[in-house]
Amino acid sequence: MTHDLGFWTLQTLNALQLSMLLFLLSIGLTVIFGLMHFVNLAHGSLYAMGAYFGASLAAVGGYWLGFFLAPVAVAGVGVLLYSGLIKRMRRSGPMAQVLVTFGLIFALLDLTRIFWGDLALALDAPALLDGRVAFLGVEYPIYRLFVIVLGLAIFGALAFVLGRTQIGAMIRAGVDNDAMAACLGINVERLFFVVFCVGCALAGLAGVVAAPLLSVTPEMGLQILIPTLIVIVIGGLGSLKGAIAGSMIYGFVQTFGAVLAPQLASILIYALLAAVLVIKPVGLFPAKG
Amino acid sequence: MKRAILAALGLATSLSVPAAATDIKVGLLLPFSGVYAALGNDIEAGFNLGLERFGDQTSAAFEVVREDTEVKPPVALGKAKKLILQDKVDVMVGIVSSGVLGAVRDMVHGAGVPLIVANAGNDEATGAACSPFITRMSFSNGQVNRPMGTWLHGQGVQKVYTLAPDYAAGRQMIDGFVQSFTAAGGEIVGQDFTPFQKTQDFGPYLAQAKASGADAVYVFYAGGEAISFVKQYDSFGLKTDLPLYGSGFLTSALYVDAEGPAAEGVVTALHYVPTIDNPANKAFAEAFTGATGRVPSEYAVHGYDAARALIEATKAGATDRASLANALRKVSFDGPRGTLSIDPATNNLVQPIYVYETVAGADGLTQTVLAELPAEKDPVNGCVMAPVSN
Repeated sequence: MTHDLGFWTLQTLNALQLSMLLFLLSIGLTVIFGLMHFVNLAHGSLYAMGAYFGASLAAVGGYWLGFFLAPVAVAGVGVLLYSGLIKRMRRSGPMAQVLVTFGLIFALLDLTRIFWGDLALALDAPALLDGRVAFLGVEYPIYRLFVIVLGLAIFGALAFVLGRTQIGAMIRAGVDNDAMAACLGINVERLFFVVFCVGCALAGLAGVVAAPLLSVTPEMGLQILIPTLIVIVIGGLGSLKGAIAGSMIYGFVQTFGAVLAPQLASILIYALLAAVLVIKPVGLFPAKG
Repeated sequence: MKRAILAALGLATSLSVPAAATDIKVGLLLPFSGVYAALGNDIEAGFNLGLERFGDQTSAAFEVVREDTEVKPPVALGKAKKLILQDKVDVMVGIVSSGVLGAVRDMVHGAGVPLIVANAGNDEATGAACSPFITRMSFSNGQVNRPMGTWLHGQGVQKVYTLAPDYAAGRQMIDGFVQSFTAAGGEIVGQDFTPFQKTQDFGPYLAQAKASGADAVYVFYAGGEAISFVKQYDSFGLKTDLPLYGSGFLTSALYVDAEGPAAEGVVTALHYVPTIDNPANKAFAEAFTGATGRVPSEYAVHGYDAARALIEATKAGATDRASLANALRKVSFDGPRGTLSIDPATNNLVQPIYVYETVAGADGLTQTVLAELPAEKDPVNGCVMAPVSN
């Protein structure tokens, strides 16, 4: 089958869109891990909660209310999780943390089922972002372009905060060597808390942004968890660069894999993951060299 | 003296039991958690409604024991064993996932407990793996899609691109369509099977379909994937140039509201549509909406008709496992789906298929039935049916 340039432009945009969605999700997880050495497997559940809060709020006050308040609501859930569970688990080693957050996935899954039921919810794109535009010679849905732009904007903002501000320097110091950072007078524990909440808010944002593209179901958090973990393992734990690189690789491999080698689409990314683990076990851009 | 009283008591009870109405113990084996929880709930609501509606036609009394399969084959097998060995049920009803059906099939067949399948559609269950104890009151994957190939070609569609999730049901649904569509003279210009429940973005496949030069796209998706697919198909603006057809699960009444306007104009085929125009369906739809506040889905009707079949079997005099198995295979009645009967060669339901379009209605989306395609028996598919001996 021969394809024209427009086809490849369309697929590139599709790949970018998927990459940006995964980036929003993986950045929170990877920074939490880098800074706190804490594996939060329940990150996907927070994404699902973002979609549910978004759908409920949108039913009351339109899409934008959901868009702005769902991340706040999920950050609120993050505060509860942190003070109730994660603070206690800080010193208890990775295996206990993995088990607790793994259990949390199922607890949160059932909580969403109890509150919102088993039926899928709807969240429509706002009128402003509905429809398509001619862009680079192809007609592309505006909402998908919005996802791409939003992802890039969040990437820019985080790059600025982490690279150019004092709090960014503190976070980087904490990721590098938390004991030394604490000796220099940085309240590492409070920093952890703030980063954790921001990570949760970003997961919530990813959820509310993904909802109009996908469907809001209790299992959406479980389905996104594996891609997110692949992204941060390929990209390298704890770094912004790693998260964006991992997301792009995932998005492009998945999209072009589906086009060029459809029979292999589901295993390509796992093969790549295995290759990265063999050749560069720490990932492409780990926070610590 | 004591012994005499006991003997008298024993005699009294042994006499009084047959005098009372037959007690039929029903094991309801459905997913109430996991990905298919919504389906399980709809089937149960339909089943209870069926018992309520037709219960007075039989002297048998039904006791229902419900168990959650969690859509996990090993869990379901454990629950099936519990129902059969501990609860000693006379009949089992349920099973949503074909994987779960595969897991419990040998247990049910070996123990000789009749099972009314209320959803799982894999072709083998009434094909190579058929059993005289397993009667299907739902559908088979091929059955739902086969008539659509001929019909679609009759509408002037020559070239079709197909899409479905990459698992057994996806392939059987598409195969059923492709067989009859190519037999009618149509051409399949491309096919993709997307990773099952791992595909977030259908964009790459949609661009492929668009570039393929097809007249139309025919798909099977269900549940969350169906919602994502229909929304993404619409967002690319494909619906006008490349009409979307499919297996009716794509726009099931259970979740079409979550698809919203994106589902308008999609034409699909299914064995039940909530707006089928017959008195039995009208009564059923009203009662179901009254009980749950929802429009009945095909899943609800599976439960409803399973209850009806059970009642018909007891009306025919069935009282225990073997007689129920035999009677269930001979059940036939007019229900919401039209005239239903069981094919004795496979124990699969024979039912008409409805082609319907999803349209905007007064309050939300509704369905317009475009055609009723006549009931066809499934091919025997290697089923060798051994008779049940009493």
